[in-house]
Amino acid sequence: MSTELHQPSEIQRGRIAYRRRQTIRSVLLAALSTAVVGVLLMVAVTGAPGWDRVKQSFFSPEVAWRWLPQILEGLWLNVRLLVVCAGLALALGLLIATLRTLRGPVFFPVRALATGYTYTFRGLPLIIVIYLMAFGVPGLRLQGTPGVLVLGGAALVITYGAYLAEVFRAGIESVHPSQLAAARSLGLTYRQTMRHVVLPQAIRRVAPPLLNDTVALQKDVGLVSLAGPIDAVRAAQIGVAQDANYTPYIVAGVLFVLLALPLIGVTDWVTLRAARRQSAGA
Amino acid sequence: MLLSCEHVRKTFGSAVVLDDLSLEVDEHQVVALIGASGSGKSTLLRCVNLLTDIDDGTIRLDGEDITDPRVNPDEVRQRIGMVFQSYNLFPHMTVLRNITLAPVRVHKRSAAETREQALQWLDRVGLADKADSYPDRLSGGQQQRVAIVRALVNSPRLLLLDEVTSALDPELVGEVLTMIRGLKDEGMTMVLATHEMGFARQVADRVVFLDGGRVLEAGPPEQVLGDPTEARTRQFLARIIEAGRL
Repeated sequence: MSTELHQPSEIQRGRIAYRRRQTIRSVLLAALSTAVVGVLLMVAVTGAPGWDRVKQSFFSPEVAWRWLPQILEGLWLNVRLLVVCAGLALALGLLIATLRTLRGPVFFPVRALATGYTYTFRGLPLIIVIYLMAFGVPGLRLQGTPGVLVLGGAALVITYGAYLAEVFRAGIESVHPSQLAAARSLGLTYRQTMRHVVLPQAIRRVAPPLLNDTVALQKDVGLVSLAGPIDAVRAAQIGVAQDANYTPYIVAGVLFVLLALPLIGVTDWVTLRAARRQSAGA
Repeated sequence: MLLSCEHVRKTFGSAVVLDDLSLEVDEHQVVALIGASGSGKSTLLRCVNLLTDIDDGTIRLDGEDITDPRVNPDEVRQRIGMVFQSYNLFPHMTVLRNITLAPVRVHKRSAAETREQALQWLDRVGLADKADSYPDRLSGGQQQRVAIVRALVNSPRLLLLDEVTSALDPELVGEVLTMIRGLKDEGMTMVLATHEMGFARQVADRVVFLDGGRVLEAGPPEQVLGDPTEARTRQFLARIIEAGRL
């Protein structure tokens, strides 16, 4: 009401001044300790007996520059694969989570299959799934078997679909039973309740962990190189083999981090917004 | 007779929540269920709305046995409105969408017509300016009035009110009770579980005192609340008076 006219009292002015001094002190302290830690790390690494050789074989600017175009070209494949796989894995996860909520004896096999799937593929290492898909499936010599890129992507989708299904399921279970009671009391069927009341709330609530898994997928996309397609990791590997120098791996690694940054930023933003909403709503 | 519960039994594990309970509600009648927490008031309402299965007995709505397992519960619930203690509005929908969801999706009415009706209702209860707000922007009393409107737009035969003022701050109770009083004047059949004895006395045609899942005493409010015959009822009312709620 009269916040603008209000003159802080003597005591309050004292408090404000004290807090300001404290803030300045903490900023200075933080800067000092960061500088000390940074210098110590630098001395430890560059002062190591083998630093010159490591610098030569991991951080060579000429090698980095020579292989950057090929690695970037490979990275473009990673990006496209990421977008497609993330979309498909999210759709698969949502489908599986929804199937697991179906009730009634008719759906028993569906529920059992969905449950078995999430158990299996959350436990199975991604590398094995990629090998099975990329080398096992073509071995069947079926007509129209897709290329290794598609098969490798399918391995990613199957594995991440299982993780995401569990995230979605956690979200579905977090919706309070009173919401279901309210929806059912209005005459909505089970399916209408899921679609209009439960899933919209569940998805909003698990958006941060879903995005977090997408960040993890972003870097695991590099594993399709095991199946053969020339992505960023594969391109770097070729560079390493030709120049007998590890710098291309560092280049690829830096590029992956740069690629992840926007996604991580979005994740943090969504998480923060969700936390704010919760504390505001309650 | 609109609703009749005959020898209803409901157990949760070894606890008997409703025990051979019988209750009849005529059309346009308002019945208040009173009794201590755990006496079975809320459970009875949930059973009538088929949100939980009963373990024995029969519940009839308009003469039809709705506890027959062959009956489609969704179809029965379309004829019964229910309002909950904690409002249970859908937090991801605006007030208007909360109200129009069931008419549009369940009763397949046109969106425009439903919208119009919802806005009229909101105007009537003084919440026209809240149509596009989300529930978390509303006070408890406002949320509960929206929840009542949400139940009413489906034109139910029967309205179940489960301690609808228990979660409200004292100064917000009045606005909700006024709304319920208005519904009574329009002839809405209601069964309400309540701790507001003063309100039960004013609005109810019949007061039913539940104790341990049984109907211990039932009759006109003056009799049950003013001159109860059962010792348990007197004891209960004495404690309520002590707490300053009568």
